[in-house]
Amino acid sequence: MKIVLIQLVLIVVVVLVAARLLRGRGARTQAVRRLGLLIFAALAVWSILFPTVWSRFAKLVGVGRGTDLVLYALVVAFLSFTLTTYVRFREFETRYTKMARRLALDEAGPPRAAATGAEPQEEPYAGS
Amino acid sequence: MDDTWVVIPLYNEEQVIGEVITGVLAEFPQVVCVDDGSSDNSAALAAAAGARVVRHPFNLGQGAALQTGFQYALSDPEMKYVVTFDADGQHQITDAVAMVNRLRAGEADVVFGSRFMDDRSKPNFAKRVVLRAAVGYTNMTTSTRLTDAHNGLRAISRPVVARLDITQNRMAHASELVAQIGESKARYVEHPVHILYTDYSKAKGQSLWNSINILADLMLR
Repeated sequence: MKIVLIQLVLIVVVVLVAARLLRGRGARTQAVRRLGLLIFAALAVWSILFPTVWSRFAKLVGVGRGTDLVLYALVVAFLSFTLTTYVRFREFETRYTKMARRLALDEAGPPRAAATGAEPQEEPYAGS
Repeated sequence: MDDTWVVIPLYNEEQVIGEVITGVLAEFPQVVCVDDGSSDNSAALAAAAGARVVRHPFNLGQGAALQTGFQYALSDPEMKYVVTFDADGQHQITDAVAMVNRLRAGEADVVFGSRFMDDRSKPNFAKRVVLRAAVGYTNMTTSTRLTDAHNGLRAISRPVVARLDITQNRMAHASELVAQIGESKARYVEHPVHILYTDYSKAKGQSLWNSINILADLMLR
């Protein structure tokens, strides 16, 4: 059964990419991502010049048509994009949460001093 | 109860918040409302009722509000216990008092409220199913064994509060909190509490669809 090979390859790639992107940050991940982009661009140029190359490559790994192979590659690329975006979004969220919390706590002042003072708290945003 | 801070995450509850705070203040003099960017008059009403109000500049989610409240309470050196309390009036003050007293007696470091230890609380069928599933998931993924993981009424002693770091901004924080307490090896007990399902709290309550979002947040963390 020839299709097994492509299934195997795709699964391995999906898992590796996901693990890689989820785990590492910093210089190495960025370098890997940029290399990936270079390879992607090179492949794109290659396949524009020689459209049959996908078909030949597809036969090599056991997929019927080159179009199918492109589709599979797209699925993998999209999945890794989704994961990277998600992770980045979470990092961003953590950062602005901390900033907003700091702001809120600084504005509220120390708890004991105000609790013993008789005056109720001022309304900083009244009317907004 | 001067050494106890009641942390109330507050988001658009202007109809009930004043009453809730008045009730809490009768037993606990230190109350902090974390206003999570309410668009209504909640924050002003909370301050008028006598609570300290910490205002998030915009909406961050209930988990973020709890963590802000914890940090606020920790900045008071006299704080020994923190109670988390819902703003919608479904919790009973007497339950909170009993839970703090169990901490005070040295029975545990954390007291979780549970609505499933007796039959006073009457969640409807769908809510019961979702809450049971949530408990199942929490028990499966953490080293704790609880009967009700998503109960907003908890009493926590200072050393445990100091170690909490809630990063799940939205509703998945309840499971995260349990997980962190499990990992910290703190001693915990559950306390039977009565959740009052008023028409108001039912209308405001979690949509069942949200349980799917909570699960996704937890798995993708």
